[in-house]
Amino acid sequence: MASGSGSGSGSGSERWSEGLETEAAMAMETTDVELLKRAWRNEKAAPEILQFEAALVLRAREQIQLLEETLEEFTENGVDDLVVSLYQMDLDRTLFLLRSYLRIRLQKIEKYMIHISKTNLWNRLSEQEQRFAKRCTDIMEKHLEQSVLSRLPYGYQSILKQSISSEEDDMVPEPQLDTFVFCKTKSAVGAFQLDDTGDEIVDLVADDLYVLRYKSIKGLVEGGRIDLV
Amino acid sequence: MAGQSNPDLSVFSAPEVEFLAEDEMVEIVPNIRMEALNMICGDYGPFFPQIASKVPLWLAVALKKRGKCTIRTPEWMSVERLTQVLEAERESPREFQPLPFHYVEISRLLFDHAHDDIPDLYMARSLIEDIRDVRFHKVETGLETISGRTHAVKLKNLSAMEVNIVRPFMVRALQAFYKHDSPHLIQQPRAMGSRQPQVVDRGPRRDLRPR
Repeated sequence: MASGSGSGSGSGSERWSEGLETEAAMAMETTDVELLKRAWRNEKAAPEILQFEAALVLRAREQIQLLEETLEEFTENGVDDLVVSLYQMDLDRTLFLLRSYLRIRLQKIEKYMIHISKTNLWNRLSEQEQRFAKRCTDIMEKHLEQSVLSRLPYGYQSILKQSISSEEDDMVPEPQLDTFVFCKTKSAVGAFQLDDTGDEIVDLVADDLYVLRYKSIKGLVEGGRIDLV
Repeated sequence: MAGQSNPDLSVFSAPEVEFLAEDEMVEIVPNIRMEALNMICGDYGPFFPQIASKVPLWLAVALKKRGKCTIRTPEWMSVERLTQVLEAERESPREFQPLPFHYVEISRLLFDHAHDDIPDLYMARSLIEDIRDVRFHKVETGLETISGRTHAVKLKNLSAMEVNIVRPFMVRALQAFYKHDSPHLIQQPRAMGSRQPQVVDRGPRRDLRPR
């Protein structure tokens, strides 16, 4: 039971040693719960929606289902209440992580649905999330149309634009990528350029904590080289 | 703390930070026999009476609550170590001493649930409170040095709860400075001959097109 890609004995972030260990080697000694926790943290702290962790979510769901079945067997076979309650706690914790991860993504989709559907962020959504986004947009459009837009004068009836003279869609909420985020380095990233002009360079050493502009470290977050906290 | 009224900026709630801390490993000494637990979050045990074993904090607290184990106070929570840390914190006004990332939550959980296992409980508790105060004072002094030229703030060894508390204020301050110090954000409307003043709003920044 409870098997996954790798369920090594508990590993904390502090165990990640400095050096040039590859991402794969790190993932090997990390449990799926640990990975899910990282995905959850990053998703919560990042202003925009991140890539959906499809494989990870699938594995987590399988493990949850397996444990639920095992728990039923335990109750039937009269296994010690204490043991059952401990497994139940483990199950509840994993369920919470998974639910919270999915929920924070839904919140972001609700907030930025039009922006997401117009950009390549769309590909970061799972199939179910894409369906949700579509329905959500349809309902919102219908609602705004019926309650407000149809009663406005010609030229002001677009859901996307302030008026017909707007050159771009200026009524679509977008995530603020300029915002600052707290991030922790796992291993040394090296000298890193913070802005386009190259005036600001920060040497990102291992196990350090910085407040940086999300835009500048976006690539590092997506590549899994830095964690948001 | 300022800024907590804005839910957008507080990423984690205090219980969520505590949830993360509960996965940190601690050593317990069980007083019962129990088979190995193969859980989703990892494999622990088997457990034998009087033989120490490493488990996540939530598991330790659950066993402790049922009177099935004692929790060994982590090394860094000894009065001796905490005294050293406090002294070092006071001596270095610009640095934070290395402590576990979740030191606030771990110590709090242990004080709440395993107080009878902690030697010198009152001393340890007051030392941790002092350490928190000294560190927080440093954070607050550090905030004074933020300016428009601040592109990055280095906060090595700042802990999870400290990050969470200072986040709303810090992010808002940096954003405000960044906004007012970025020439292209201010010059653009002027170059376009717009009379619209640069409004200080807290929402996402979007240029209003002149029509």
